[in-house]
Amino acid sequence: MDYLSKYDLLGAFWVTVQLTVLSAVGSLVWGTLLAAMRVSPVPLMRGFGTAYVNLVRNIPLTVIITFSAVGLSSTLGVVLADKNEHGFFEVNNFRLAVLGFTLYTATFVCEAIRSGINTVPVGQAEAARALGLGFGQTLRIVVLPQALRSVVAPLANVLIALTKNTTVASVIGVAEASLLMAEMVEKQADLLPISALFALGFVVLTLPTGLVLGWIGRKVAVKR
Amino acid sequence: MSAPGTVPMIRMAGVDKFFGPLHVLRSIDLEVPQGQVVVVLGPSGSGKSTLCRTINRLEPIDSGTIEVDGQPLPAEGKALARLRADVGMVFQSFNLFAHKTILENVMLAPVKVRGTASAKAREEGMALLERVGIANQADKLPAQLSGGQQQRAAIARALAMKPKVMLFDEPTSALDPEMVNEVLDVMTSLAREGMTMLVVTHEMGFARRAADRVVFMADGEIVEDTTPEEFFTSAKSERARDFLGKILSH
Repeated sequence: MDYLSKYDLLGAFWVTVQLTVLSAVGSLVWGTLLAAMRVSPVPLMRGFGTAYVNLVRNIPLTVIITFSAVGLSSTLGVVLADKNEHGFFEVNNFRLAVLGFTLYTATFVCEAIRSGINTVPVGQAEAARALGLGFGQTLRIVVLPQALRSVVAPLANVLIALTKNTTVASVIGVAEASLLMAEMVEKQADLLPISALFALGFVVLTLPTGLVLGWIGRKVAVKR
Repeated sequence: MSAPGTVPMIRMAGVDKFFGPLHVLRSIDLEVPQGQVVVVLGPSGSGKSTLCRTINRLEPIDSGTIEVDGQPLPAEGKALARLRADVGMVFQSFNLFAHKTILENVMLAPVKVRGTASAKAREEGMALLERVGIANQADKLPAQLSGGQQQRAAIARALAMKPKVMLFDEPTSALDPEMVNEVLDVMTSLAREGMTMLVVTHEMGFARRAADRVVFMADGEIVEDTTPEEFFTSAKSERARDFLGKILSH
Protein backbone atom coordinates (compact mmCIF):
# COMPACT_ATOMS: atom_id res chain seq x y z
CA MET A 1 0.00 0.00 0.00
CA ASP A 2 2.81 2.43 -0.80
CA TYR A 3 0.40 4.39 -3.03
CA LEU A 4 -1.18 5.81 0.16
CA SER A 5 1.16 8.78 0.14
CA LYS A 6 -0.31 9.86 -3.19
CA TYR A 7 -3.69 10.50 -1.59
CA ASP A 8 -4.64 13.17 0.95
CA LEU A 9 -6.30 10.83 3.42
CA LEU A 10 -6.18 13.22 6.37
CA GLY A 11 -7.46 16.07 4.24
CA ALA A 12 -10.50 14.04 3.19
CA PHE A 13 -11.30 13.04 6.78
CA TRP A 14 -10.82 16.67 7.84
CA VAL A 15 -13.62 17.62 5.43
CA THR A 16 -15.76 14.87 7.01
CA VAL A 17 -15.06 16.33 10.47
CA GLN A 18 -15.91 19.85 9.28
CA LEU A 19 -19.16 18.69 7.69
CA THR A 20 -20.06 16.84 10.89
CA VAL A 21 -19.26 19.61 13.34
CA LEU A 22 -20.93 22.41 11.39
CA SER A 23 -24.04 20.33 10.68
CA ALA A 24 -24.15 19.18 14.31
CA VAL A 25 -24.14 22.75 15.61
CA GLY A 26 -26.73 23.80 13.02
CA SER A 27 -29.05 20.89 13.71
CA LEU A 28 -28.76 21.32 17.48
CA VAL A 29 -29.94 24.93 17.16
CA TRP A 30 -32.65 24.26 14.57
CA GLY A 31 -33.73 21.04 16.29
CA THR A 32 -34.12 22.83 19.64
CA LEU A 33 -36.24 25.52 17.97
CA LEU A 34 -38.36 22.83 16.32
CA ALA A 35 -38.85 21.10 19.67
CA ALA A 36 -39.88 24.43 21.23
CA MET A 37 -42.42 24.84 18.42
CA ARG A 38 -43.79 21.35 18.93
CA VAL A 39 -44.54 21.99 22.62
CA SER A 40 -45.67 25.61 22.20
CA PRO A 41 -49.23 26.67 23.05
CA VAL A 42 -49.58 28.34 19.62
CA PRO A 43 -51.38 25.91 17.27
CA LEU A 44 -49.74 27.36 14.14
CA MET A 45 -46.23 26.75 15.49
CA ARG A 46 -47.15 23.28 16.72
CA GLY A 47 -48.60 22.48 13.30
CA PHE A 48 -45.51 23.71 11.48
CA GLY A 49 -43.15 21.79 13.77
CA THR A 50 -45.11 18.58 13.41
CA ALA A 51 -45.47 18.88 9.65
CA TYR A 52 -41.79 19.76 9.16
CA VAL A 53 -40.50 16.87 11.24
CA ASN A 54 -42.79 14.29 9.67
CA LEU A 55 -42.03 15.46 6.16
CA VAL A 56 -38.28 15.99 6.32
CA ARG A 57 -37.25 12.96 8.36
CA ASN A 58 -39.02 10.67 5.91
CA ILE A 59 -37.23 11.98 2.81
CA PRO A 60 -34.10 10.00 1.90
CA LEU A 61 -31.00 12.04 2.73
CA THR A 62 -29.62 11.53 -0.79
CA VAL A 63 -32.71 13.25 -2.16
CA ILE A 64 -32.29 16.19 0.24
CA ILE A 65 -28.59 16.64 -0.57
CA THR A 66 -29.15 16.30 -4.31
CA PHE A 67 -32.02 18.77 -4.11
CA SER A 68 -29.83 21.27 -2.23
CA ALA A 69 -27.27 21.26 -5.02
CA VAL A 70 -29.38 20.74 -8.14
CA GLY A 71 -32.75 22.15 -7.15
CA LEU A 72 -31.91 24.87 -4.65
CA SER A 73 -28.65 26.09 -6.13
CA SER A 74 -28.58 25.33 -9.86
CA THR A 75 -32.28 25.83 -10.61
CA LEU A 76 -33.50 28.29 -7.96
CA GLY A 77 -30.20 30.17 -7.85
CA VAL A 78 -29.63 29.98 -4.08
CA VAL A 79 -25.91 30.54 -3.75
CA LEU A 80 -24.01 30.31 -0.46
CA ALA A 81 -20.59 31.47 -1.68
CA ASP A 82 -19.03 34.25 -3.74
CA LYS A 83 -19.30 33.33 -7.42
CA ASN A 84 -16.10 35.12 -8.39
CA GLU A 85 -14.14 33.47 -5.65
CA HIS A 86 -11.61 30.81 -6.56
CA GLY A 87 -13.07 27.34 -5.90
CA PHE A 88 -16.67 28.62 -5.84
CA PHE A 89 -18.12 25.23 -6.77
CA GLU A 90 -16.42 23.42 -3.88
CA VAL A 91 -17.27 26.05 -1.27
CA ASN A 92 -20.86 26.41 -2.44
CA ASN A 93 -21.51 22.66 -2.49
CA PHE A 94 -19.86 22.20 0.90
CA ARG A 95 -22.17 24.83 2.41
CA LEU A 96 -25.21 23.40 0.64
CA ALA A 97 -24.34 19.99 2.09
CA VAL A 98 -24.12 21.51 5.60
CA LEU A 99 -27.52 23.11 5.02
CA GLY A 100 -29.03 19.82 3.85
CA PHE A 101 -27.56 17.82 6.75
CA THR A 102 -28.78 20.49 9.21
CA LEU A 103 -32.34 20.50 7.87
CA TYR A 104 -32.45 16.69 7.96
CA THR A 105 -30.64 15.95 11.24
CA ALA A 106 -32.60 18.66 13.09
CA THR A 107 -35.72 16.48 12.86
CA PHE A 108 -33.99 13.72 14.85
CA VAL A 109 -32.54 16.23 17.32
CA CYS A 110 -36.04 17.68 17.75
CA GLU A 111 -37.58 14.32 18.55
CA ALA A 112 -34.78 13.42 20.97
CA ILE A 113 -35.24 16.73 22.82
CA ARG A 114 -39.02 16.33 22.83
CA SER A 115 -38.66 12.95 24.52
CA GLY A 116 -36.34 14.69 27.00
CA ILE A 117 -39.00 17.31 27.70
CA ASN A 118 -41.36 14.48 28.60
CA THR A 119 -38.92 13.31 31.30
CA VAL A 120 -39.17 16.67 33.10
CA PRO A 121 -41.93 16.43 35.73
CA VAL A 122 -44.89 18.68 34.95
CA GLY A 123 -44.51 20.27 38.41
CA GLN A 124 -41.28 21.95 37.26
CA ALA A 125 -43.10 23.96 34.61
CA GLU A 126 -46.03 24.60 36.98
CA ALA A 127 -43.71 26.02 39.61
CA ALA A 128 -42.09 28.27 37.00
CA ARG A 129 -45.45 29.51 35.73
CA ALA A 130 -46.72 30.02 39.28
CA LEU A 131 -43.75 32.34 39.88
CA GLY A 132 -44.75 34.50 36.91
CA LEU A 133 -42.38 33.20 34.25
CA GLY A 134 -43.79 33.25 30.72
CA PHE A 135 -43.87 30.29 28.35
CA GLY A 136 -40.55 31.18 26.71
CA GLN A 137 -38.77 31.71 30.04
CA THR A 138 -40.22 28.52 31.50
CA LEU A 139 -38.98 26.54 28.51
CA ARG A 140 -35.57 28.24 28.29
CA ILE A 141 -34.67 28.48 31.96
CA VAL A 142 -36.40 25.50 33.55
CA VAL A 143 -37.55 22.82 31.10
CA LEU A 144 -34.98 22.71 28.26
CA PRO A 145 -31.87 22.68 30.47
CA GLN A 146 -33.25 19.62 32.28
CA ALA A 147 -34.52 18.01 29.07
CA LEU A 148 -31.14 18.39 27.32
CA ARG A 149 -29.30 16.79 30.24
CA SER A 150 -31.47 13.71 29.96
CA VAL A 151 -30.97 13.24 26.21
CA VAL A 152 -27.19 13.46 25.86
CA ALA A 153 -26.97 9.73 25.07
CA PRO A 154 -29.71 9.77 22.38
CA LEU A 155 -28.12 12.92 20.91
CA ALA A 156 -24.80 11.03 20.74
CA ASN A 157 -26.59 8.46 18.58
CA VAL A 158 -27.82 11.22 16.30
CA LEU A 159 -24.29 12.65 16.08
CA ILE A 160 -22.81 9.26 15.20
CA ALA A 161 -25.44 8.77 12.51
CA LEU A 162 -24.70 12.26 11.20
CA THR A 163 -20.96 11.55 11.04
CA LYS A 164 -21.61 8.55 8.80
CA ASN A 165 -24.36 10.33 6.86
CA THR A 166 -21.89 12.99 5.73
CA THR A 167 -20.65 10.44 3.17
CA VAL A 168 -23.80 11.29 1.21
CA ALA A 169 -22.19 14.67 0.41
CA SER A 170 -20.05 12.82 -2.11
CA VAL A 171 -23.06 12.70 -4.46
CA ILE A 172 -22.68 16.43 -5.00
CA GLY A 173 -18.92 16.24 -5.22
CA VAL A 174 -17.89 17.37 -1.73
CA ALA A 175 -14.39 15.96 -1.22
CA GLU A 176 -15.00 14.13 2.06
CA ALA A 177 -13.67 10.72 3.01
CA SER A 178 -16.02 8.49 1.02
CA LEU A 179 -15.39 10.38 -2.23
CA LEU A 180 -11.68 9.75 -1.83
CA MET A 181 -12.40 6.12 -1.06
CA ALA A 182 -14.40 5.74 -4.28
CA GLU A 183 -11.54 7.30 -6.18
CA MET A 184 -8.94 5.04 -4.57
CA VAL A 185 -10.99 1.89 -5.09
CA GLU A 186 -11.30 2.79 -8.75
CA LYS A 187 -7.60 3.36 -9.27
CA GLN A 188 -6.07 0.71 -7.03
CA ALA A 189 -6.71 -3.00 -6.88
CA ASP A 190 -6.80 -3.31 -3.06
CA LEU A 191 -10.55 -3.12 -2.45
CA LEU A 192 -10.54 -4.79 0.98
CA PRO A 193 -7.61 -2.95 2.58
CA ILE A 194 -8.88 0.39 1.32
CA SER A 195 -12.42 -0.26 2.60
CA ALA A 196 -11.05 -1.42 5.93
CA LEU A 197 -8.92 1.70 6.20
CA PHE A 198 -11.89 4.01 5.69
CA ALA A 199 -14.11 1.96 7.97
CA LEU A 200 -11.42 2.29 10.64
CA GLY A 201 -11.26 6.04 10.01
CA PHE A 202 -14.97 6.39 10.77
CA VAL A 203 -14.74 4.22 13.88
CA VAL A 204 -11.90 6.42 15.10
CA LEU A 205 -14.23 9.42 14.72
CA THR A 206 -17.41 7.93 16.17
CA LEU A 207 -16.22 5.62 18.95
CA PRO A 208 -14.86 8.45 21.13
CA THR A 209 -18.02 10.49 20.37
CA GLY A 210 -20.19 7.79 21.92
CA LEU A 211 -17.88 7.17 24.88
CA VAL A 212 -17.28 10.83 25.72
CA LEU A 213 -20.93 11.86 25.36
CA GLY A 214 -22.05 8.82 27.34
CA TRP A 215 -19.75 9.91 30.16
CA ILE A 216 -20.95 13.53 29.94
CA GLY A 217 -24.55 12.32 29.95
CA ARG A 218 -24.03 10.49 33.22
CA LYS A 219 -22.16 13.45 34.66
CA VAL A 220 -24.82 16.10 33.95
CA ALA A 221 -27.88 13.93 34.68
CA VAL A 222 -30.38 15.76 36.90
CA LYS A 223 -30.73 14.12 40.31
CA ARG A 224 -34.29 14.02 41.60
CA MET B 1 -67.62 38.97 54.70
CA SER B 2 -64.83 41.51 54.27
CA ALA B 3 -65.05 44.90 55.89
CA PRO B 4 -67.06 47.41 53.87
CA GLY B 5 -65.03 49.40 51.37
CA THR B 6 -62.16 46.94 51.20
CA VAL B 7 -61.50 44.56 48.34
CA PRO B 8 -61.09 40.89 49.30
CA MET B 9 -57.70 39.41 48.39
CA ILE B 10 -59.38 36.42 46.75
CA ARG B 11 -62.94 36.36 45.51
CA MET B 12 -64.50 33.35 43.82
CA ALA B 13 -68.10 33.55 42.63
CA GLY B 14 -70.12 30.81 41.00
CA VAL B 15 -67.02 28.85 40.01
CA ASP B 16 -67.61 25.55 38.23
CA LYS B 17 -64.98 23.15 37.00
CA PHE B 18 -65.27 19.82 35.22
CA PHE B 19 -62.70 17.10 34.54
CA GLY B 20 -64.48 15.44 31.64
CA PRO B 21 -67.82 14.28 33.06
CA LEU B 22 -66.62 14.78 36.64
CA HIS B 23 -67.99 17.95 38.28
CA VAL B 24 -65.05 18.78 40.59
CA LEU B 25 -66.05 22.28 41.68
CA ARG B 26 -69.75 23.08 42.12
CA SER B 27 -70.69 26.78 42.14
CA ILE B 28 -67.99 27.79 44.59
CA ASP B 29 -68.41 31.15 46.34
CA LEU B 30 -65.49 32.12 48.54
CA GLU B 31 -63.96 35.38 49.73
CA VAL B 32 -60.66 35.66 51.54
CA PRO B 33 -60.11 39.11 53.06
CA GLN B 34 -56.63 40.53 53.30
CA GLY B 35 -54.62 39.14 56.21
CA GLN B 36 -56.87 36.16 56.80
CA VAL B 37 -55.63 32.57 57.05
CA VAL B 38 -58.14 30.15 55.56
CA VAL B 39 -57.62 26.43 55.91
CA VAL B 40 -59.45 24.21 53.43
CA LEU B 41 -60.25 20.75 54.77
CA GLY B 42 -62.03 17.81 53.24
CA PRO B 43 -61.73 14.18 52.19
CA SER B 44 -59.60 13.14 49.21
CA GLY B 45 -61.28 13.96 45.92
CA SER B 46 -63.41 16.71 47.43
CA GLY B 47 -61.89 19.27 45.04
CA LYS B 48 -59.86 21.23 47.57
CA SER B 49 -56.57 21.00 45.65
CA THR B 50 -58.33 21.92 42.42
CA LEU B 51 -59.86 24.92 44.16
CA CYS B 52 -56.41 26.05 45.25
CA ARG B 53 -54.98 25.61 41.74
CA THR B 54 -57.75 27.59 40.03
CA ILE B 55 -56.82 30.74 41.95
CA ASN B 56 -53.64 31.28 39.90
CA ARG B 57 -55.15 29.53 36.88
CA LEU B 58 -52.94 26.44 36.93
CA GLU B 59 -56.39 24.91 36.41
CA PRO B 60 -58.66 26.97 34.17
CA ILE B 61 -62.31 27.09 35.26
CA ASP B 62 -65.39 26.40 33.14
CA SER B 63 -67.63 29.14 34.50
CA GLY B 64 -67.79 31.77 37.22
CA THR B 65 -65.35 34.51 38.18
CA ILE B 66 -62.16 34.63 40.20
CA GLU B 67 -60.59 37.90 41.30
CA VAL B 68 -57.28 38.42 43.05
CA ASP B 69 -56.99 41.76 44.85
CA GLY B 70 -59.89 43.08 42.79
CA GLN B 71 -58.40 42.00 39.43
CA PRO B 72 -60.25 39.35 37.44
CA LEU B 73 -57.95 36.47 36.39
CA PRO B 74 -56.70 37.24 32.87
CA ALA B 75 -56.46 34.62 30.12
CA GLU B 76 -53.11 32.93 29.45
CA GLY B 77 -50.43 35.50 28.57
CA LYS B 78 -48.37 38.37 30.00
CA ALA B 79 -51.13 39.74 32.23
CA LEU B 80 -51.62 36.33 33.81
CA ALA B 81 -47.87 35.97 34.38
CA ARG B 82 -47.88 39.37 36.15
CA LEU B 83 -50.74 38.28 38.39
CA ARG B 84 -49.07 34.97 39.20
CA ALA B 85 -45.94 36.85 40.24
CA ASP B 86 -48.01 38.35 43.09
CA VAL B 87 -49.51 35.02 44.18
CA GLY B 88 -47.10 32.69 45.94
CA MET B 89 -47.68 28.98 45.60
CA VAL B 90 -46.31 26.02 47.52
CA PHE B 91 -46.85 22.54 46.11
CA GLN B 92 -47.24 19.13 47.69
CA SER B 93 -44.21 17.82 45.77
CA PHE B 94 -42.05 20.96 46.40
CA ASN B 95 -41.21 21.33 42.68
CA LEU B 96 -37.88 23.02 43.31
CA PHE B 97 -35.97 23.43 40.05
CA ALA B 98 -33.89 20.26 40.12
CA HIS B 99 -30.94 21.61 38.10
CA LYS B 100 -30.44 24.73 40.21
CA THR B 101 -29.07 25.23 43.72
CA ILE B 102 -31.37 26.25 46.57
CA LEU B 103 -30.19 29.86 46.42
CA GLU B 104 -30.57 29.93 42.62
CA ASN B 105 -34.11 28.61 43.04
CA VAL B 106 -34.93 31.48 45.37
CA MET B 107 -33.20 34.14 43.22
CA LEU B 108 -34.53 33.05 39.85
CA ALA B 109 -37.96 34.68 39.72
CA PRO B 110 -36.97 38.01 41.33
CA VAL B 111 -34.19 38.35 38.72
CA LYS B 112 -36.04 37.02 35.67
CA VAL B 113 -39.55 38.31 36.39
CA ARG B 114 -39.06 41.42 38.54
CA GLY B 115 -35.73 42.44 37.04
CA THR B 116 -34.09 42.69 40.48
CA ALA B 117 -30.31 43.08 40.37
CA SER B 118 -28.55 39.79 41.00
CA ALA B 119 -26.63 41.04 44.06
CA LYS B 120 -29.80 42.34 45.71
CA ALA B 121 -31.70 39.13 44.91
CA ARG B 122 -28.87 37.11 46.43
CA GLU B 123 -28.88 39.19 49.60
CA GLU B 124 -32.68 38.96 49.95
CA GLY B 125 -32.61 35.28 49.04
CA MET B 126 -30.06 34.52 51.75
CA ALA B 127 -32.15 36.48 54.27
CA LEU B 128 -35.20 34.37 53.36
CA LEU B 129 -33.24 31.11 53.60
CA GLU B 130 -31.99 32.31 56.98
CA ARG B 131 -35.57 32.93 58.04
CA VAL B 132 -36.72 29.42 57.09
CA GLY B 133 -33.61 27.99 58.72
CA ILE B 134 -31.70 26.54 55.76
CA ALA B 135 -29.16 29.24 54.93
CA ASN B 136 -26.39 26.64 55.36
CA GLN B 137 -27.90 24.60 52.50
CA ALA B 138 -27.90 27.50 50.00
CA ASP B 139 -25.39 26.01 47.57
CA LYS B 140 -26.78 22.48 47.51
CA LEU B 141 -29.05 20.99 44.88
CA PRO B 142 -32.65 20.18 45.89
CA ALA B 143 -32.04 16.40 45.71
CA GLN B 144 -29.39 16.75 48.45
CA LEU B 145 -31.92 18.12 50.96
CA SER B 146 -34.50 16.37 53.11
CA GLY B 147 -38.17 16.79 52.22
CA GLY B 148 -38.76 19.25 55.03
CA GLN B 149 -35.78 21.35 53.98
CA GLN B 150 -36.94 21.29 50.35
CA GLN B 151 -40.40 22.47 51.31
CA ARG B 152 -38.97 25.29 53.41
CA ALA B 153 -36.83 26.28 50.43
CA ALA B 154 -39.95 26.25 48.25
CA ILE B 155 -41.69 28.58 50.73
CA ALA B 156 -38.66 30.90 50.61
CA ARG B 157 -38.76 30.80 46.81
CA ALA B 158 -42.40 31.89 46.83
CA LEU B 159 -41.77 34.61 49.45
CA ALA B 160 -38.91 36.02 47.37
CA MET B 161 -41.52 37.48 45.02
CA LYS B 162 -43.08 39.40 47.95
CA PRO B 163 -46.51 37.96 47.16
CA LYS B 164 -49.79 39.52 48.28
CA VAL B 165 -51.21 36.11 49.08
CA MET B 166 -49.83 32.59 49.52
CA LEU B 167 -51.49 29.39 48.32
CA PHE B 168 -50.45 26.11 49.96
CA ASP B 169 -51.52 22.93 48.19
CA GLU B 170 -51.10 20.14 50.76
CA PRO B 171 -47.61 21.34 51.71
CA THR B 172 -46.93 18.59 54.23
CA SER B 173 -48.60 15.59 52.58
CA ALA B 174 -45.41 14.31 50.93
CA LEU B 175 -43.28 14.67 54.06
CA ASP B 176 -42.07 12.11 56.55
CA PRO B 177 -43.92 12.69 59.85
CA GLU B 178 -40.88 14.01 61.68
CA MET B 179 -40.46 16.78 59.11
CA VAL B 180 -44.03 18.06 59.14
CA ASN B 181 -43.56 20.39 62.08
CA GLU B 182 -40.55 22.27 60.72
CA VAL B 183 -42.68 23.26 57.71
CA LEU B 184 -45.78 24.05 59.78
CA ASP B 185 -43.68 26.24 62.08
CA VAL B 186 -42.60 28.38 59.12
CA MET B 187 -46.23 28.60 57.97
CA THR B 188 -47.47 29.50 61.44
CA SER B 189 -44.96 32.33 61.75
CA LEU B 190 -46.03 33.60 58.31
CA ALA B 191 -49.64 33.58 59.45
CA ARG B 192 -48.71 35.53 62.59
CA GLU B 193 -47.02 38.17 60.45
CA GLY B 194 -50.32 38.85 58.71
CA MET B 195 -49.78 37.09 55.39
CA THR B 196 -53.01 36.28 53.56
CA MET B 197 -53.00 32.50 53.19
CA LEU B 198 -55.16 29.78 51.70
CA VAL B 199 -53.97 26.43 52.95
CA VAL B 200 -55.21 23.07 51.72
CA THR B 201 -54.10 20.53 54.28
CA HIS B 202 -54.86 17.52 56.43
CA GLU B 203 -53.04 19.01 59.42
CA MET B 204 -55.83 19.54 61.97
CA GLY B 205 -53.37 20.90 64.53
CA PHE B 206 -52.34 23.66 62.14
CA ALA B 207 -55.98 24.43 61.37
CA ARG B 208 -56.74 24.83 65.08
CA ARG B 209 -53.60 26.79 65.85
CA ALA B 210 -53.16 29.15 62.91
CA ALA B 211 -56.40 29.40 60.95
CA ASP B 212 -58.80 32.32 61.22
CA ARG B 213 -61.34 30.31 59.32
CA VAL B 214 -62.00 26.75 58.21
CA VAL B 215 -63.64 25.85 54.92
CA PHE B 216 -64.82 22.26 54.69
CA MET B 217 -65.33 20.78 51.21
CA ALA B 218 -66.99 17.57 50.09
CA ASP B 219 -67.87 16.41 46.55
CA GLY B 220 -66.82 19.70 44.99
CA GLU B 221 -68.94 21.86 47.28
CA ILE B 222 -68.20 24.11 50.24
CA VAL B 223 -70.17 22.44 53.00
CA GLU B 224 -69.06 24.49 55.99
CA ASP B 225 -67.36 27.86 56.31
CA THR B 226 -66.76 28.75 59.92
CA THR B 227 -64.20 29.37 62.68
CA PRO B 228 -61.82 26.54 63.66
CA GLU B 229 -63.24 26.51 67.17
CA GLU B 230 -66.76 25.97 65.93
CA PHE B 231 -65.78 23.52 63.21
CA PHE B 232 -63.91 21.18 65.54
CA THR B 233 -66.39 21.35 68.41
CA SER B 234 -69.78 21.68 66.78
CA ALA B 235 -69.74 21.03 63.06
CA LYS B 236 -73.23 21.52 61.64
CA SER B 237 -73.25 19.12 58.68
CA GLU B 238 -73.39 15.36 58.83
CA ARG B 239 -70.52 15.07 56.33
CA ALA B 240 -68.21 17.28 58.40
CA ARG B 241 -69.00 15.33 61.58
CA ASP B 242 -68.37 12.08 59.70
CA PHE B 243 -65.03 13.41 58.41
CA LEU B 244 -63.97 14.62 61.84
CA GLY B 245 -65.03 11.34 63.40
CA LYS B 246 -62.75 9.44 61.06
CA ILE B 247 -59.65 11.57 61.50
CA LEU B 248 -59.89 12.54 65.16
CA SER B 249 -60.74 9.10 66.53
CA HIS B 250 -57.22 7.71 66.18
